[in-house]
Amino acid sequence: MNKQLKLKLEGISATYSTGEKILPVLDNVSLSVDTGEFVSVLGPSGSGKSTLLKIAAGLLKPERGKILVDGRNMTGLSRLVGYMPQQDLLFPWKTMRQNAALPLISAKLDKKETKARIEELLPVFGLQGFGEYYPDQLSGGMRQRGALMRTMLIESDLLLLDEPFAALDALTRQNLQEWLLKIWGHFRRSVLFITHSIDEAIYLSDRVYVITERPGKNAFEQIIDIPRPRSKSVTITPPFSHYKKLLLEALADNTAAGTK
Amino acid sequence: MKKWLNIKNNLAAPLFMVFLIAAWELITTTMAVPEYILPSPSVIAIALNENFSLLVEHSRITIVAVLGGAILAMTLALVLALAMDRWRILKQAFYPILVVSQSVPIFALAPLLLIWFGAGLLPKVLIVALVCFFPLAVNLVEGFSQVDPETIDLMHTMQADRWLIMRSVQLPSAMPYFFTGLKIAATYSVMGAIIGEWLAARAGLGIYMLRAMHSFRTSHLFAAIIVVVFLSLALFKLVEAIRWLAMPWQRKTTENLKE
Ligand SMILES: Nc1ncnc2c1ncn2[C@@H]1O[C@H](COP(=O)(O)OP(=O)(O)OP(=O)(O)O)[C@@H](O)[C@H]1O
Ligand SMILES: [Mg+2]
Repeated sequence: MNKQLKLKLEGISATYSTGEKILPVLDNVSLSVDTGEFVSVLGPSGSGKSTLLKIAAGLLKPERGKILVDGRNMTGLSRLVGYMPQQDLLFPWKTMRQNAALPLISAKLDKKETKARIEELLPVFGLQGFGEYYPDQLSGGMRQRGALMRTMLIESDLLLLDEPFAALDALTRQNLQEWLLKIWGHFRRSVLFITHSIDEAIYLSDRVYVITERPGKNAFEQIIDIPRPRSKSVTITPPFSHYKKLLLEALADNTAAGTK
Repeated sequence: MKKWLNIKNNLAAPLFMVFLIAAWELITTTMAVPEYILPSPSVIAIALNENFSLLVEHSRITIVAVLGGAILAMTLALVLALAMDRWRILKQAFYPILVVSQSVPIFALAPLLLIWFGAGLLPKVLIVALVCFFPLAVNLVEGFSQVDPETIDLMHTMQADRWLIMRSVQLPSAMPYFFTGLKIAATYSVMGAIIGEWLAARAGLGIYMLRAMHSFRTSHLFAAIIVVVFLSLALFKLVEAIRWLAMPWQRKTTENLKE
């Protein structure tokens, strides 16, 4: 297979300074996503995962390091990218339908086509009949699905997803994971996926990075060599457990080291 | 039970009003207070009834000034607040002046406007615009500065242009602030118009009041006051109605869950 680098983060360091205080958040983190590859990042809370994703989206400028997209240096440059922030950021003044339509309106798609695409996707995300609801009238899980739907409508072949399934119940979560794998299989978009869940990382990914506690550093990298398409039952196969053990250990080691 | 209490609460104010009016009527008639000092409610009611078409005529003129001034103020405030949000230097230069300008009493400026623009509709409109402008501008500036930068970031990842960001993020998120300002402006605006008419005008509620005052027809003055209060209330309700229409996401949808 001809592997091409879609996204490459090289030696990213970042600090936040609030007033006098300087908080190092990322320390020399490097990672890459090949074209069509599904890559997850696992790490303890507060290790700088969301910060890393914002840097990858070009919304923050790293203190040190480079971001390459399709081989071009894009450090600190905002651009069209399927970025889904951790807080859903659905606009409270827009209905679900209007929220989801934003990327299409921004891309200047004509009204009829926009409407048709939304109509087609609402049931896919389990939001049928809720198109006219405002975010405040929806459950946390529905909002998250709505935000994911909005993200998927951004016409970019790179998706940056920040814990998109965190607020969902196990069943919905599984359905959406499967759904994500299915469309990912169709379109082969490249995905950088942040998660807290080891199972989710293994089930979805081609490769998983583990980063340490703050300041986040590269700790571990694991290729997940489970053939696709993956059914739900892979989660109870020996290879799956094997990866799970490795990742659990990597996370535990680095969390323990960090607290020392 | 709750409902009954609510009804009782809702009735408390009107009942007290009725009581006050009755007491007023009683005192003015039994103590024979001269009518030019304090007319009784019944005399005021008669004055209101007899002069109704004249009052409506003058109100129309005042309303035109109020609406004209309010629309002018809204337009200016919106443009200025957007510009201040867009260019920081403009905000730094202009915002303090805006705040200080508020301590200039409108009475001090009104004669100037009259000298410049004569006694017609224009100076009245300008006075109304002046009193409405400040609460609108300050609230809009505040509203725009409260926009969540992360939502703007998100729009950037969709490569949204400035116009789309403005209409889908900045304007709607500043809307509650705008309506807060507009409610304040609505209460000021009628006052502004009447002050303008007191100083110089040919017609309007302010002129009607002046004439009533000069001829010691106090009951007519009271009738005009009632009309002014009614106008202010109606304007306030109008703002609330517009708010209701403009912000559908803020309508209460959970009401039938309560009780
Ligand atoms: N805008 C900010 N200003 C100052 N500090 C910040 C800011 N955003 C994040 N931080 C700090 O940076 C650190 C990393 O935050 P980040 O959101 O990247 O972590 P995370 O790995 O995504 O955590 P979680 O898994 O809980 O979402 C945290 O300690 C946080 O307090
Ligand atoms: Mg995070």
